[in-house]
Amino acid sequence: MERIKSTKSTKGILPKALVLFLVFTLLCGVVYTGIITAFAQVFFPGKANGSVIEVNGVKYGSSLLAQQYTDDAHLWGRIMNLDVTTYRDADGQPLLYAAPSNLSPLSTEYAALVAERVAKIKAADPAMGDAPIPQDLVTCSGSGLDPEISPAAAAYQVPRVAAASGKTEQEVRDIIKTCTTGRFLGLFGEETVNVLKVNLMLDGIL
Amino acid sequence: MLQYILYLAVLVALAIPLGGYIKKVLCGENTILSKVLSPCEELVYKTLHIQKDEEMGWKTYLASVLAFSGVGLVFVFLLQLLQGFLPGNPQGIPGTSWHLAFNTAASFVTNTNWQAYSGESTLSYLTQTLGLTVQNFVSAATGIAVLFALIRGFTRVKQQGLGSFWVDMTRIVLHILLPLSLALSLCLVGGGVVQTLRGADAVQLLEPVAITADGEILTDAVVDKATGTVTVDGAPVPGAELVTREIVPLGPAASQVAIKQLGTNGGGFYGVNSAHPLENPTPFTNLLEMLSLLLIPAALCFTFGRAVKNKKQGVAIFMAMFLMLVVALGSIGASEQLAPTALTANAAVDVSPVGQPGGNMEGKEARFGIVTSATWAAFTTAASNGSVNSMHDSYTPLGGMVQMLQMQLGEVIFGGVGCGLYGMLAFAILTVFIAGLMVGRTPEFLGKKIEPFEMKWSVVVCLATPLVILVGSGIAALVPEVVNSLNNSGPHGFSELLYAYTSGGGNNGSAFAGFNANTVFLNVSIGLVMLFARFLPIVGTLAIAGSLVQKKKIAVTAGTLSTTNGMFVFLLIFVVLLIGALSFFPALALGPLAEFFGGMA
Repeated sequence: MERIKSTKSTKGILPKALVLFLVFTLLCGVVYTGIITAFAQVFFPGKANGSVIEVNGVKYGSSLLAQQYTDDAHLWGRIMNLDVTTYRDADGQPLLYAAPSNLSPLSTEYAALVAERVAKIKAADPAMGDAPIPQDLVTCSGSGLDPEISPAAAAYQVPRVAAASGKTEQEVRDIIKTCTTGRFLGLFGEETVNVLKVNLMLDGIL
Repeated sequence: MLQYILYLAVLVALAIPLGGYIKKVLCGENTILSKVLSPCEELVYKTLHIQKDEEMGWKTYLASVLAFSGVGLVFVFLLQLLQGFLPGNPQGIPGTSWHLAFNTAASFVTNTNWQAYSGESTLSYLTQTLGLTVQNFVSAATGIAVLFALIRGFTRVKQQGLGSFWVDMTRIVLHILLPLSLALSLCLVGGGVVQTLRGADAVQLLEPVAITADGEILTDAVVDKATGTVTVDGAPVPGAELVTREIVPLGPAASQVAIKQLGTNGGGFYGVNSAHPLENPTPFTNLLEMLSLLLIPAALCFTFGRAVKNKKQGVAIFMAMFLMLVVALGSIGASEQLAPTALTANAAVDVSPVGQPGGNMEGKEARFGIVTSATWAAFTTAASNGSVNSMHDSYTPLGGMVQMLQMQLGEVIFGGVGCGLYGMLAFAILTVFIAGLMVGRTPEFLGKKIEPFEMKWSVVVCLATPLVILVGSGIAALVPEVVNSLNNSGPHGFSELLYAYTSGGGNNGSAFAGFNANTVFLNVSIGLVMLFARFLPIVGTLAIAGSLVQKKKIAVTAGTLSTTNGMFVFLLIFVVLLIGALSFFPALALGPLAEFFGGMA
């Protein structure tokens, strides 16, 4: 058996801990973050800066962040808990953000909210009669900022959007289809419709 | 169903080869990356004035772990307090309160990543990268290093040394964590995760939002786009304002997200973690993030088998963990696929899985649906990762209970990197001891005799988590002001509190996020819970390693209890469940079970 050197003294541990910590701070904090940032800014500048949709110099939202739509001529998205107090721009104007509900789905508060949302959507979509409302339209998402809804939730709104926007139902369906993303490799995740993209196309901006 | 099976299959297929690779790092052998990395490694050793073949006894190893973690704790604490005066802060965010700084520092140093704050509004980019990203790396590496020391305790015969903490840390960060994080974060950036040093952007809203002068949101308001006047039911609202822009919070997210997943850290760059579309935008990024959160813990089982020259032993431990995970995953998935009565009432809402995920979609993202959300929830609470891609607070009572139970079992169903496996090995020692008592033989594990010293410390390792959760949540339940932190009432409110201490005590970091944890009492108490639950088991594990390493190897005889067969796997699961169930049944009965049965009545 080979003799091994064994240190028992605790002398010198703290300085070594300090130096190693500094080495890792430099390596994992500065060098690593720097490499990834440089790569991202060179090869994926759009995605790395928030997937903002810019048309003729106007930033029409990020395709990854939900906005709230209540206009009949727009597709509606997931329920949002709006937050207008946390963020302000340099001029002190409030900026919109949103948060999840974190409500228990068994609570009475939640049941009341759902009933309220159901009534509102039924009133806005008379053409759908008593057809059940797809759940995405009455539930709040995990981030509160979910930019997408299910194909069922989009299809439900087609008659209302068509009537209010002056387009045919087929035109609206085509726009929705253009903005639909399938599962990854056809297997993972869910099929979704990007609400902002649909609305920008409905408005003729995209 | 197919998706569930695929997620698990891909995980196992990646974990087995990685396990072999990590074994090379453990044993100081050359890896495929050595050509590039060896010069860096030598440079670190030179800077530190350390010998590559230095050996530490268990007490020196422990002192090094504590000193290194202590330095990190102080650094992250000060960084948060001072961030307002430091560069790398385009949003001009001020320093945090002392108690939040303590909580967050304790949280990231202990690999918990419990977050009583929202990253985008509370921390500067400098704090996120120099403080938190670095701790994501080194707290994960510390867990793996302690596991390496324990493995050497089993493999070495009649020696004193358990390896060098400095060398282990250097090799783990350079050979395992950095290469994996680089690869993962490049993929995440390509998939759409934010990575920039620019300050937050602001974009125009398609439909402006009307608010009162006090900042209250005016629902049902009608905005005249031409004049900008706001009316509710035909009457103009005096002093109403329009919010016309939305914030797009940015920052160096992808690089931090990669290591938070790989290192079972779990602290999100954004407040809502990997549910945030800028942190986890697509099913593709989700697949990568979700697999990487269990990858290293699963691989370490195979590393262990190879290192102790008994691959079957690694497989046996893996199977015990895997079987429990599958049951948990199945239970959460089945429970979430059932829509709550709020949605099924009057058949007004479509909850069928046709053209949509169906089930309980509250708190879940459309792109993830039920299956991908439930799988993540099962993985993250098993792995002591604590990142989330859906809001656990809005899960059904039974779905939420299984999440809590996985943490309460001691975070040994894979658990955190390194710490999950050393926790499970302590349970294995308990199991051979109990089995040995039943058949009347001296217990032994992997050829090392298990004696009272190892038993005592194993009990400490196994009971630290249950003890600290029950004491912590018990005290918190008696503090009147805690009620103000609850987002839900009744049993679900109690579940929020129990989940918070469970998450801290399991070093997990996920939350029933409606719970407002940013108060002096909660920050300090959960901070202490996390430190206790992290470092007491480390002391125990290194003590066991220090004792085992000195022992001789006993020959295997016909009377030796096999620790690789199905019987052992069953016994191990039984012991884990027994301790967890006995400790937590009363608490779970007051929270999720009460809510479940209340909902049925």
